[in-house]
Amino acid sequence: MISPLRLAGQAAAYLVFIALIGYGTGVTHTHFPPEKALIKLSFTHGAARTTDCRRLTADELAKLPPNMRRPVECARGRGAVFAELIVDDEMLFSASLPPAGLSHDGPSRVYRSFVVTPGRHRLLIRLRDTPRSSGFDYTREAEVELAPQQNFVIDFRPEGDGFIFR
Amino acid sequence: MNPLRHALRRLFDGADALFDRSFGPAWNPLHQLGALGFFFYWIVLATGIHLYIGFDTSVTAAYTSVETLSRSAWFLGGVARSLHRYASDALVIVMLVHLTREFALDRYRGVRWFSWLTGVPIIAFVYASGIGGYWLVWDKLAQYIAIATTEWLDWLPIFGEPIARNFLAPTSLDDRFFSLLVFLHIAIPLFLLFILWIHLQRISKPRINPPIGLAAGSGAALLALAIAFPAASQGRADLAVVPATIKLDWFYLPLYAVFDRWSYGAGWALLAIGGAVMIALPFLPPLRRPATATVHLDWCNGCGRCAEDCPYAAITMGRRSDGLPFDSEAVVNPSLCVGCGICVGACPTSTPFRHGAELVTGIDLPDPALGLLRERTHAATGKLAGPARILVFGCDHGVTGATFASESVAAVSLPCIAMLPPSFIDYVLSRDLADGVFVTGCSETACYNRLGERWMEERIAARRDPHLRRRVPRERLAVCWPTPSDRRRIDREIAAFAARLKELGPLSPRPAKAPEDAATSEAAG
Repeated sequence: MISPLRLAGQAAAYLVFIALIGYGTGVTHTHFPPEKALIKLSFTHGAARTTDCRRLTADELAKLPPNMRRPVECARGRGAVFAELIVDDEMLFSASLPPAGLSHDGPSRVYRSFVVTPGRHRLLIRLRDTPRSSGFDYTREAEVELAPQQNFVIDFRPEGDGFIFR
Repeated sequence: MNPLRHALRRLFDGADALFDRSFGPAWNPLHQLGALGFFFYWIVLATGIHLYIGFDTSVTAAYTSVETLSRSAWFLGGVARSLHRYASDALVIVMLVHLTREFALDRYRGVRWFSWLTGVPIIAFVYASGIGGYWLVWDKLAQYIAIATTEWLDWLPIFGEPIARNFLAPTSLDDRFFSLLVFLHIAIPLFLLFILWIHLQRISKPRINPPIGLAAGSGAALLALAIAFPAASQGRADLAVVPATIKLDWFYLPLYAVFDRWSYGAGWALLAIGGAVMIALPFLPPLRRPATATVHLDWCNGCGRCAEDCPYAAITMGRRSDGLPFDSEAVVNPSLCVGCGICVGACPTSTPFRHGAELVTGIDLPDPALGLLRERTHAATGKLAGPARILVFGCDHGVTGATFASESVAAVSLPCIAMLPPSFIDYVLSRDLADGVFVTGCSETACYNRLGERWMEERIAARRDPHLRRRVPRERLAVCWPTPSDRRRIDREIAAFAARLKELGPLSPRPAKAPEDAATSEAAG
């Protein structure tokens, strides 16, 4: 027969154990300021190749094995993508995004978040993916109304309209 | 390292004594941490299989299915889900206490490096399983964890496409990716079971089931928590809205607070440093390996008791190699042997009654060898005086013998109390070397060498060979398994034993018995 004192000791130990679990699984944690909004800029896009593709001559093609006679030869390397994000005339992001891969032939990537004040904002996002040194190949400008805690996403799809606001 | 370990040791000793008083040594949760871990794992597994039946693995319906399950079936849904979560948390708690205790008791170096190192991936897999489970509910907490985890992984420049792009906007996440998460949440815990099996490989008779009373109590406590505070979702995930305030599980998700407070890089640094320290610990510095057991084939009849009693599976029975007419012989694997001497205590030829210039037994330690143990017994008892002469057989990991030595009390310490062949008790009393024998060691069910006090108890109670002979007057034998810091208890017990011996009067010396062959002596029982 277990003594009442021992039983009480066991009950207390179990109580502490489950209290620890109960408390530890429900601690409030503020991850993001509730009065702010978030702009997330993320895209994966490959810039133009650093050298133009070249069409092989008939002689050059004839020298190649039949199964390797591709009429156009392209260098693998790509240039960097240059992107800028301006919010209410303030430059939030401006970077040259290098191509991925050991041979620099992969797409350029970006995944960045910016905490902003909710309300109306003028967004200007632009991108250059060709070798030229000035100007932009894609630009989008818009007035947006951001709610508190809103996750406003700027993505990019070259095959569509370019920048996508979500 | 030592000051930290000693401080933790004192803490654990205090807690041990407290739990001993409430639960008794056999149910002491600190002695059953590994077994409790298994018990909670089985609860998680059983409730997980049950919950999976009603779970929809699509990203659009996962949240609804969990909510429906939780609300429509109070016990089979809501309580089962809560048990699933709380048992997972309980598993983390016992796992962390288990590793801290093994560190505090210095049971992670030497031969035990294997158990320690195989425990490191177990921690990783437990966390991966738990964090993955939180994703599947697909509520705001899941959304937070999913984005933070993928952004954290993307911090390493090894992934082509940022994984976090899967959680960019509501339309980004597809069912296929979600199904992958479900698969991982099933595969990782199953793989965890495999690593647990490896974790137990270098120990014999691992304790994987807690005593029924402790299991019932722990299960009932978790059930009570599940009923009183059912686990709840934190609102449907919406990738268009940032989850600002969430309720975090601090057992599984403390790293996420590090991400928020500092950075993902800090999270990686913490993990890398923590992992490196865990892996390096058994070698900082390595334990000085004691000399391992050696087999003396002339005295080994291949009975297999040493192999049966070895707590580290260091002894196997091999084919006889010396031509003697026995089937097998003991073979010691030195890389697994910790030099505890339990095999010496198990060997039926280990008896101090044997005469001859050198006391040789079937299996022995180089230091202290059985012969030295007999010499120490004679040396210790030779100084005893008074009406109640007590010889204490103790172990190097319990209360040390020197602390209670006096005119009427002497002590002989062994690497493990189970190194003591029961015939030594008989020897001391039958030769009138002392009026009583006091056997002590590590606290009950918490032997440094895992099974020492258990084997000793069973040998004394004649439930295990070689057992204490019936002729030994049990009233002149006392056994005590205090926590190593419980000096007062052992002093009290020795004083009470001395008083009892005084009442009994001096031991009537038996006629000196001719030295006998050990095998016949023990067989006589």
